[in-house]
Amino acid sequence: MSDDSTGSVKFTRKDFQSDQEVRWCPGCGDYSVLTAVQLLLPDLDVAPENTVFISGIGCSSRFPYYMNTYGIHSIHGRAPAVATGVAIARPDLDVWVITGDGDALSIGGNHLIHTLRRNVNLTIILFNNQIYGLTKGQYSPTSEVGKVTKSSPLGSVDFPFNPLSVALGAEASFVARTHDMDRNHMTEMFRRAHDHRGAAFVEVYQNCNVFNDGAFAEITSRDSRESMLIELRHGEPVRFGENDSLCVVLNEYGEASVAKADEVEASRILVHDEKRRDPSVAFSLSRLAEHPTQPTPIGVFRAVERLVYDDELERQLAQASAERGPGNLAELVGSGATWEVSG
Amino acid sequence: MSAHTRDAPPNDAESLTRVVIRFAGDSGDGMQLTGDRFTDVSAIFGNDLVTLPNYPAEIRAPAGTIAGVSSFQVHISDHDITTPGDVPNVLVAMNPAALKANLGDLSSGATILVNTDAFVDRNLEKAGYDTNPLEDGSLDAYTIFEIPMTSITKKACEPLGVKPRDAERSKNYFALGLISWMYSRPTEPIVAWTEEKFAKKELVRDANIAAFKAGYNFGETAELFDHPFEISPAPLPAGHYRNVTGNIATTYGLIAGSQQARLPMVYASYPITPASDILHELSRHKNFGVRTMQAEDEIAAAGVAIGSSFAGQLGVTATSGPGVDLKGEALGLAISLELPLVIVNVQRGGPSTGLPTKTEQSDLMLAMYGRHGEAPMPVLAARSPSDCFDAAFEAVRIALKYRTPVMLLTDGYLANGSEPWLLPDVDTLPDISVPFTTEPNDGDEFLPYLRDPETLARPWAVPGTPGLMHRIGGLEKEDGTGNVNYDPDNHDHMCRVRAAKVAGIASDIPPLEVNGADGDELLVLSWGSTWGVVDAGVRRARTRGHNVAHAHLRYLNPFPENLGAVLSAHPKVLVPEMNLGQLSKLVRAEFLVDAQSLTQVRGVPFHAEEIETTILEMLDE
Repeated sequence: MSDDSTGSVKFTRKDFQSDQEVRWCPGCGDYSVLTAVQLLLPDLDVAPENTVFISGIGCSSRFPYYMNTYGIHSIHGRAPAVATGVAIARPDLDVWVITGDGDALSIGGNHLIHTLRRNVNLTIILFNNQIYGLTKGQYSPTSEVGKVTKSSPLGSVDFPFNPLSVALGAEASFVARTHDMDRNHMTEMFRRAHDHRGAAFVEVYQNCNVFNDGAFAEITSRDSRESMLIELRHGEPVRFGENDSLCVVLNEYGEASVAKADEVEASRILVHDEKRRDPSVAFSLSRLAEHPTQPTPIGVFRAVERLVYDDELERQLAQASAERGPGNLAELVGSGATWEVSG
Repeated sequence: MSAHTRDAPPNDAESLTRVVIRFAGDSGDGMQLTGDRFTDVSAIFGNDLVTLPNYPAEIRAPAGTIAGVSSFQVHISDHDITTPGDVPNVLVAMNPAALKANLGDLSSGATILVNTDAFVDRNLEKAGYDTNPLEDGSLDAYTIFEIPMTSITKKACEPLGVKPRDAERSKNYFALGLISWMYSRPTEPIVAWTEEKFAKKELVRDANIAAFKAGYNFGETAELFDHPFEISPAPLPAGHYRNVTGNIATTYGLIAGSQQARLPMVYASYPITPASDILHELSRHKNFGVRTMQAEDEIAAAGVAIGSSFAGQLGVTATSGPGVDLKGEALGLAISLELPLVIVNVQRGGPSTGLPTKTEQSDLMLAMYGRHGEAPMPVLAARSPSDCFDAAFEAVRIALKYRTPVMLLTDGYLANGSEPWLLPDVDTLPDISVPFTTEPNDGDEFLPYLRDPETLARPWAVPGTPGLMHRIGGLEKEDGTGNVNYDPDNHDHMCRVRAAKVAGIASDIPPLEVNGADGDELLVLSWGSTWGVVDAGVRRARTRGHNVAHAHLRYLNPFPENLGAVLSAHPKVLVPEMNLGQLSKLVRAEFLVDAQSLTQVRGVPFHAEEIETTILEMLDE
């Protein structure tokens, strides 16, 4: 922490680091997410004491222990619920949810979708490594069909969730995707998510180098990014590849697909609009790649404003107090028909 | 009628000391409203009373069938009573199914008022009658009044321009009017309530009032009845009264707790019978700073409440047994986080979905032990509808002071039943606020699990407090620092210290009071909603000259410090419960006492007579 010349307090990365030794496996993608968050927070102009990290269970959910903020490492899948409690009780706090693909999409799927539709003011970071790491290598709800794991020796027969499609289907007002190999992009997505008023959902493609190494390597490695990652930028045509030779177009049904830029009319190239109220184009984009082995969009898919649950709750409280005055206990217990018994 | 005296008062009304009336009809017939109104007017009149609503789980079970019968029993008296009455003296039966479903509960000689219009072939068949009981002599043991309630109601509503089909729905008001005449109730409160309730539906309002007056006048003019009855006001302690159900009293107790702790409440719950009324009522009182949230499920409700407590508010959730099953893991988390939390369990019949609308006390073991690991939690139980206020307030106090989840057990009978409530002087409620920690507690450091040596409670430092940032979780932690710790000795210590913290509450609660004397041959030990009926059963045994003591437990965990001494002061111990013997198992295990169990799980309260009979049998042995 340091005072700048204007007298306002500036925090540093160190202010957000706890004294606990970080205990993820060496080489885990979680480290880079932690670093990105710890580097970003001093920039956000919020104090550590006004920041809360809530997690569920899983490798990524150890995250709060490493942050010198307030935090709860809660129970499997329930982080969005616990975080909702913090957020509605204290709208003055910055509340983050740290979760994984098993935590958020399997055991906690219900809480995730309802938190998104309510639009509780939370920043939700989902570490998607497409595997159960903490329990040592079972397939997850985002693992591909056919995946051979300890619990699926003949290949998984579970069809996976697409986390962004789930979030968009659940009426999320802010939806973004990033990956653990690009700190700048991660930082930008986390910043945007933090600044969004309402529930912000960020999926991070995160490498589990022990149980699912290289799951995203075909799109996130330094030399493949240009041709495999499609960076969405609001208001710009969706183009990628060497010399922007590739682009995304929508067909007459609104389905997105990749085309060669020189084979389609410029007007047919999709111009990204994250503020579009109708989520169907964002939904199409979320499904452009069936697997993270095909050209995959990253960036902010959707960022729209709508009523925020905690704000509305506050508004109702204020309205009730304005209309009826502050609660009077004696009047409350004595409400309705009463009578007097004289001694 | 069994309970009347022979001296007729000058106004021709015959005086009774008490009467038990049961209104019964189809679940669409408005019997709950009828019972509620009769209860309210009796309360205002000054009688003591206890009610017992009983209705099917289905919103509209097939009309005319036994399964669809809804009833409301009210016991009114001119003296202090504690039960809704074992046996109704009067049954109002709106259709054959209502008659059939309730006849078995009546004693011979009881009065039955039947709506003859409903005794047609189709309804008789639906109720399973081969012949019309009004004609086949099967009701000879009762005093039957046959009244065409539907057709008189229709006729009374005719001048108002109400369609006959709509008018028919006011027949419950006819019954209410008739019973009001029979028991000399004032008409004004019912008319006034109806005018307000149906202010926006003028035709319904007018039809109901017309039907009510028609019923009242029918009593006065028809030659069926020679005279009305009257039940004088009961000599209740002086003060200001209202009638209250357990769920409403619970709500007020929680709000009072929040006010006296100077902490806003966050109440999260998922709709479940019979606890939903707490959510409904709290939602109406946002001006007390109560944030209510209808969560997506029971687990989320518990999670939201825990998050709110972490954030420095009073986290509360309520549910019934199936919801407690689901919340179990979150309750374990709250025990591990050592945060305040109040969980109200409005018990109902189980297992599984069980009997959603019927009462039971079968979640005691669930409250005590229904979590994995060594997970001790204070448990309290309310004894009567109005007592839910005090019990809820006490649950809040303990949760805050000891930073622990507390389970308050009520049940379906308490939740929906009502009684007159001597309003508390809220200015005398204690201040139960607890200070937040705002400074480091170990040199420059803040240790989130550095305990108060007396209460063993850990400090409560809430987000927003500079310098006290800390992380807590469900993993085992080192005492003091709160850091994750898997050391065997530390875990052993933490399990014991969490147990000691809860056990230590025993020194902060009143000793168990005994109604009776040491050396009385038999002690009846009760908990929860059986208080009233056990009290009545014990009184009956005493009037027969037996020395019987009664002790009632509010605190189930920890037990009052003197419970062992109380048990050993009596040669015989009887534990009546609406389960298959849960408290008796606990006291047998804890105190090596040969407690005898009296149990039933019929979904309705015990009868005082059952208690009395068992007492007499045990004394005979």
